[in-house]
Amino acid sequence: MTSDFGVWVAALLTLFVFSFLYKDNPFYKFAEHLFVGVSAGYYIVLNFWTVIYTNLWNPVVAAFAGGLPGGPFAASQGDYRAWYILPGILGFLLFTRLSSKIDWMSRWSLAVIIGVYAGLKTTGFAQGDLVEQVAASIQPLWIPGDLLGSIDAIIFTVGLIASLLFFFFSREHKGALGAASRLGVLFLMVSFGAGYGYTVMSRISLLIGRFQFLLEDWLGMK
Amino acid sequence: MNLSWLEKLDRRWLFLIVALLVLGPLLRPLGLPLTTSAPVKQFHDTVAGVPDGSIILLSCDYDPGAKPELVPMTKTALRQLWDKQCKLVITCLWNGGPGLIDATIEEVANEYRAKGVPLEYGKDYVFLGYKAGNEAVMVLMGQGIANAFPRDHRGNVTRSLPLMTKVRDYSTFPLLVNISAGYPGTKEWVQQVNTRFQLPMVSGCTAVSAPEYYAYLQAGQLSGLLGGMAGAAEYEKIREEKGSATKGMDAQSLAHIFIALCIIMGNVVMWTKGGNR
Repeated sequence: MTSDFGVWVAALLTLFVFSFLYKDNPFYKFAEHLFVGVSAGYYIVLNFWTVIYTNLWNPVVAAFAGGLPGGPFAASQGDYRAWYILPGILGFLLFTRLSSKIDWMSRWSLAVIIGVYAGLKTTGFAQGDLVEQVAASIQPLWIPGDLLGSIDAIIFTVGLIASLLFFFFSREHKGALGAASRLGVLFLMVSFGAGYGYTVMSRISLLIGRFQFLLEDWLGMK
Repeated sequence: MNLSWLEKLDRRWLFLIVALLVLGPLLRPLGLPLTTSAPVKQFHDTVAGVPDGSIILLSCDYDPGAKPELVPMTKTALRQLWDKQCKLVITCLWNGGPGLIDATIEEVANEYRAKGVPLEYGKDYVFLGYKAGNEAVMVLMGQGIANAFPRDHRGNVTRSLPLMTKVRDYSTFPLLVNISAGYPGTKEWVQQVNTRFQLPMVSGCTAVSAPEYYAYLQAGQLSGLLGGMAGAAEYEKIREEKGSATKGMDAQSLAHIFIALCIIMGNVVMWTKGGNR
């Protein structure tokens, strides 16, 4: 068994959390509250040092430190760009939401954030998902000399069309449309099943990770 | 057969059975067979196909919450790349990740140093650490890796590192290896970099994300995919390693069989009651 104090704390907190599976209890409550508090504090400090300090404070201070040719705003300053003041001000304006009198100023910052990310996401999705996925969906149904490949292509195409028809709501799902949408539901069920299976695997992996930690790192059973 | 008692079964019995099924094989491995799937083989073969000594971009986009699934595949990928004498530029877009990732990199690097392979930080690999901005960072890296990461995780000026003098932008890399726990991760790398900069990429991801990324694999946008602990274990098998993912697979299999049985039993109970929901 380890003598590492940090491992003992982690192991006991793990057991406290597991104890909830039996029933709610003070040990679980203690671990839960500790986790929420420590996480909040940890991420605030982490974000200050990894975002504000490195990306804003350091470059701006270096830019205004003096002795730089062309002044702090010169493009030749490379990484030490005083222009970071502008996004810094926009970031600061987000905190105006704390006051109802001046909270309208935060909209400028939000406008920039939403505009930039809308642009990035839209072009990224159009190029990476829409065009590429539609192109990949257009495939020959019959592949000479490859029976299994052909069957695969046919199932894929039928599944794609049937699933799309399920989401066609401009007509009542009756007759041929009803049959196609019911087939679409079957394909969607298979998709949900695969998603559920993978989710179970992910959650069990976390449990395995915790048990490996308890057995190997805490109890030393390697 | 009257199965109505199953409806009233205290769920804690299920928790206990899952716990025992997971704990048992960890204490006494069963050695259940493990086969290698095509996406994992593609991942391995794509990395194997990169010319020896290439400079590879490895983006580890996760934090300790994904440790059991993603650290094993990160270690195996590092070993495969370093066996090929590849130089690694490693980044992270999750702010909780750099500590874990740095420890993982150094653990594997120390294995090589112990074997007499003098892996040198700054020359053979650099860890640029975390950068806030998600997709914006990916796009910025396209204008220059050092522009996006002026300093590395250790505080060095990135441009002063010997390896980084050979790195310009995405055109430097023949392959992007992404290990992803969600957002930002594989989806964003595909959308912002793979398609826009034509940078081939492979992905290792948490099992939860895997179904979404199979579409990218089928479309050829991903050249290989490791899905969760099973993907990591298969990768270890191809590489003839016996890491923590392989050790966990017996437990994984037993837990899955039990959960499948629970689902079947639940449906049987419903049918025996005449399909009333």
